[in-house]
Amino acid sequence: QKVFRVIPQNDEQVEILSFLASNMEVDFWQPDSALLVKPKMRVDFRVEAEKSFEVEDLLKESGMEYQVLIDNLQAAMDAQFDSKVRTTSHSYVKYNNWDTIAAWTADIAAQNPDLVSRSVIGETYEGRPIYLLKIGKSGSDKKAIFIDCGFHAREWISPAFCQWFVKEAVETYGKDTALTTLLNKLDFYVLPVVNIDGYVYTWTNDRMWRKTRSKNAGTSCIGTDPNRNFDAGWCTLGASQSPCASTYCGSAPESEKETKALADFIRAHLSTIKAYLTIHSYSQLLLFPYSYTYNLPSNYEELNSIVSAASKELASLHNTKYTYGPGAKTIYPAAGGSDDWAYDQGIKYSFTFELRDTGRYGFLLPESQIQPTCEETLLAVKYIANYVLDHLY
Amino acid sequence: DIDGVGHKYCLELELEDVLDKDRTVSCTAEVLYPLGSKTSAPDVQVTVQGELRSTEEADQEFYNRIRSLEKELVAENIPDSHGNVPPELEPIHLLASVASGYVIWQNSTENTKFHLAQVKHVKQVKRSDEDLQFDFVVLLHEMVSQEVLPWELTLLWHPQRGARVSRD
Repeated sequence: QKVFRVIPQNDEQVEILSFLASNMEVDFWQPDSALLVKPKMRVDFRVEAEKSFEVEDLLKESGMEYQVLIDNLQAAMDAQFDSKVRTTSHSYVKYNNWDTIAAWTADIAAQNPDLVSRSVIGETYEGRPIYLLKIGKSGSDKKAIFIDCGFHAREWISPAFCQWFVKEAVETYGKDTALTTLLNKLDFYVLPVVNIDGYVYTWTNDRMWRKTRSKNAGTSCIGTDPNRNFDAGWCTLGASQSPCASTYCGSAPESEKETKALADFIRAHLSTIKAYLTIHSYSQLLLFPYSYTYNLPSNYEELNSIVSAASKELASLHNTKYTYGPGAKTIYPAAGGSDDWAYDQGIKYSFTFELRDTGRYGFLLPESQIQPTCEETLLAVKYIANYVLDHLY
Repeated sequence: DIDGVGHKYCLELELEDVLDKDRTVSCTAEVLYPLGSKTSAPDVQVTVQGELRSTEEADQEFYNRIRSLEKELVAENIPDSHGNVPPELEPIHLLASVASGYVIWQNSTENTKFHLAQVKHVKQVKRSDEDLQFDFVVLLHEMVSQEVLPWELTLLWHPQRGARVSRD
């Protein structure tokens, strides 16, 4: 059995679909029935194997835009059943391994086609696709906010937050007024795991790994610190020139395939991306540029008041105290960070989150804290998103 | 700045009981970081204003439990990758934090910020005297360099005599 996706352009083509529905068994997946089909609407429907040739001929003849969404429904269902049996299932309140997260990105997009689409923005060193989710109600001329997680492999709470954010968006769209407005007016680009190779390594070999897994010339030491690898005061301070160090800046800015993919994407969408949020752990901090210098950004006052208010929002839920300020002074000077780079590209609202906790569990934050951490962080992110929406440029 | 000596910091701190977040106690401290490249620990003077809660009963219970174990306690990865600590190992985690605190103090400069990342391994060593002995391998996370470094240390503990690090 095949599943077709068509977009009738006019009443005539809608008629053809009605004709199809009344003359053979057509199971409408989207919308629910032929009666609901309108021009320019995306229509998905299933037909029996034997009828699929007839249907395809008809569609070709009509000149209607169509694609075969699922070529063999039985095979697709079998595969899905197999994978659910063999792999662990996804949970928003547990740490998910990469395979589970990858499958989730496909599922969440398939289940919410009007709100979520998935793309691949590049490949990791070890050849894994880097998935990006675009969340938002489709519209024209929409500005966007970019959020990434999982820069540093051992910071497991970070990818957990990105997954939580997407869940909140799809589950509360149409129910939560604030989030619905945000999703109608803005797009959110969510990169659930930047450093996928490193993340996998923390599951298989070393829970405390931080960097990427790329080889370095002339040494057995592996990996570059992705957050020292951007072209922002690259390798001048707070980063190491030694490949064996945890803060190794890399052989050159954007030497890592992962950071290059991220930078390329942002460069390609610079006119639409109005804010950049990068999620890390731990320390409970909300930072803004600069980290590569003690100099302050031109809109320092504005950024400081944003993080001050966002921290208050965050604390309002569970009284979790965050410290905020410019990176160099608040945490430590460190060159090559993605937030500084994004800011210097012209994205004037650029923030780094360091999530829970302050050192008691550190990187090993208990799963029982995933939900409260994500809930409070979401408040801060929503605050920032609303601010950006009210101050578009 | 104290010429020829080092840098002195005067601090007013609030201590929060890790096991009872609502319990806080104020304290003042003076920390003197010595000048020069010789690696000596900062000098610390602390005054606690108020009382720390008594843990006599729980201490004694833990002490008796460990003393009565037939086989020496051995454990790994506390917490585990997902942040879990089995309840019976929670006191071991706390003792490891205390022991790590000593190591951190001995190795701190004005440019380091250490935390205990994980207890990689702990082995109890039975003793002929009344102390409990735990040999630890701990992972210490240093914030500025972002290194996670393994450290071997031995802790002696007794409910009345308290904790002492004997090898670091």
